[in-house]
Amino acid sequence: MDFAFSPEEEAFRAQVAAFLEKEVPREYREKRITFFDMSAQSDWIQVHRSMAEKMGEKGWLSMHWPEKYGGRGVSPFYRLILREELARYHSPGYDSIGCGIVAPALLLKGSEVQKKRHLPGIASGKSMWCETLSEPNHGSDLAAIEVFAREEADCFVVNGQKIWTTNGHFADWNALIVRTDREASPNYRGLTFFLVDMKTPGITVNPVINMAGHHEFNEVFFEDVSIPKENIVGGLNKGFYVVMSLLDYERTTDTVYAIAATYLRDLEEYACDNDLLNPVLENRFAQFKAECEVARLLHYRCAWMQSQGMVPNHESAMSKMFSFELHQRISDFGMEVAGPYSQLTEESALAPMFGRISSCYLRSFAYSLEQGTSEIDRDVIAQRGLGLPRLR
Amino acid sequence: MDFGLNEQQEMMQTLARDFLTGEYTDTVLKAMVKDEQGYTPELWQKLAKMNLTGLSIPEQYGGIGDFLDLIVVLGEMGRVCFLGPYFAALVLGASLVSEAGNEEQKRKYLPGIAEGKIKATLAVVESKAKYDIDEIESRAISQGGYYVLNGRKLFVLDAQSVDYIICAARVDDADVEQDGITLFIIDVNTPGVSIKALPTVAGDKQSEVVFENVKTSAKDILGEENEGWPYVERVLHRANIARCAEMVGMAEQVLKLTLDYAKERTAFGHPIGAFQSIQHRCADMLVDIDGSKFATYQAAWRLNQGLDAARETAIAKAFVSRACRRVMASAHQVHGAIGFTEDHILHYYTKRARAYESSFGGIDYHLGKLAGLK
Repeated sequence: MDFAFSPEEEAFRAQVAAFLEKEVPREYREKRITFFDMSAQSDWIQVHRSMAEKMGEKGWLSMHWPEKYGGRGVSPFYRLILREELARYHSPGYDSIGCGIVAPALLLKGSEVQKKRHLPGIASGKSMWCETLSEPNHGSDLAAIEVFAREEADCFVVNGQKIWTTNGHFADWNALIVRTDREASPNYRGLTFFLVDMKTPGITVNPVINMAGHHEFNEVFFEDVSIPKENIVGGLNKGFYVVMSLLDYERTTDTVYAIAATYLRDLEEYACDNDLLNPVLENRFAQFKAECEVARLLHYRCAWMQSQGMVPNHESAMSKMFSFELHQRISDFGMEVAGPYSQLTEESALAPMFGRISSCYLRSFAYSLEQGTSEIDRDVIAQRGLGLPRLR
Repeated sequence: MDFGLNEQQEMMQTLARDFLTGEYTDTVLKAMVKDEQGYTPELWQKLAKMNLTGLSIPEQYGGIGDFLDLIVVLGEMGRVCFLGPYFAALVLGASLVSEAGNEEQKRKYLPGIAEGKIKATLAVVESKAKYDIDEIESRAISQGGYYVLNGRKLFVLDAQSVDYIICAARVDDADVEQDGITLFIIDVNTPGVSIKALPTVAGDKQSEVVFENVKTSAKDILGEENEGWPYVERVLHRANIARCAEMVGMAEQVLKLTLDYAKERTAFGHPIGAFQSIQHRCADMLVDIDGSKFATYQAAWRLNQGLDAARETAIAKAFVSRACRRVMASAHQVHGAIGFTEDHILHYYTKRARAYESSFGGIDYHLGKLAGLK
């Protein structure tokens, strides 16, 4: 047992904090901008890219990768420290899809050529990624996806629609999973994982505005989009296995526990500054603080497992579900803290925290849906973690 | 960061688990709940032979291991819903003597505790039962080289099976609003000490202890006169973390019972554990248990390192208590009517979890502490 960071890890945290203190635009900190508010901030994509490149120059986006691929081979706790500080400073700049999902998938399942071609772009913060998994008719049941890629002599040609594509409107590259065999049984054996240049002719990206009024995800149409065969990751019809290992990663790369704890801190500061605290409210803040701590520990357990060469599976589903649902509950609680003021949007000068309370609340409905619904997480925990029998 | 157990902790865990699962069956548990003392001297001797009664006592006084080893063993005791003065003797008595006692007192009590020959408990709360210093009204008046102690303590753990009770009291005219608390270690056989069992839901052994003109002296003061409260606070931290460890063990066992039942019981042609409604409850139980475990370990680790653990202790006790409620409620729901019967073992865990939750401060007490830490 050891619940402390090493002196080297602490030093890294201080270094990151000093960097962010200097580099994060003042307005972002004042308004407590998060990833979810990107479309409310006209320069968000630009700041996101420039912060990513600055961190890329320092080697921070790839430090936990093996040295062979430009990393420093440090523990996954470094990535987590970086993301905790980014959350604390309300800083954009971390491409959670490129750094968090595609890079680990390439390191695990990519060919040498693919690694050499794509990892440097991710490490430098210069290429941004999106992933296209869900379709209008298929979300949780990923194995059922229908968008089809037809095989030609030297390429595959994709036609169809994907949806809920976060960052699709500015990403340079896309991790795409589509059907390549309609006869496969079981159906998941007919899926293939492709890397797709978003500039390829035939790709159309349309915004999908969420109920918070923000634009973070999109629908993506593929019309005779041709993808070279060398862009297949993990082998033809073996895409499902890539996605499964990638989802285990996705659930551990997000640091929603840190975003939730930051929001809780901001809320308490607001309540304190505006003389809203009373014993009942203090009790509820304390309850959420305790839960934020538990969320942090559940997340650290996964990072610790990775540092020991273990692959967190149901453990990462637990961590992800707990922290996302916690953030949802804190966002809900936020609406009570400022009373009727909570409902005011950013357009009102009277809105607490520049409208953060209402926008955070509205965004929170997705926390139990994204990256696998809470229901799928609980299935994973019950079946893979506890060995309960499967009906389907 | 290291979320695992080391070799010694794993060894202690296996040792305790093997022993307790063999020895402390459901039948024994049921008998002990009915028993007046809640344990047998034979069992105590076996624990002593395995050196378990020496855990966390310094080696020079015959002890072995540290607080984390003790925490691991308490987790195993939780699994079998262990009853008996182990918690009182090790977490309360031994640690107070170790922390506050002088050399002579340590030599007098600690080796005896380690050998399983002596047991001591702690009497803090009075009628308000809120684990705060300002409720303590028990008073010792000095009279010709002695002290005469009067007071009434509640919810004293295992008072009927220990040899000594450490009583937190005020001396002479020490103001109730002030910090002046003195710890007297009193032989239970001293005239004027009376112990009355409190009938509790869980049947665990808690008592009302009355001190009526009990004659004691300066050599029975642990620590300095008027300086006892900081020791009590530290022991309360330990006690809360230890309670958390027991509750985690209890919740783990209850999840196991629930999973076994969900796999075996069939309805509509399937084991009920194949239904999402049951699976999702069980998934939530595991999240609660793992979250509880790491919150407990973190607090225990800090305390064992000699670091301040006030925040982590409050977090652990507040979270584990509520998590345990949810786990117990879900276990009952999955078990259906059979879990509601007196014969079934489940309610022993449910009841005990509730007793442990309220001991050394409940959820609101700890949330209050947490809110007070800026």
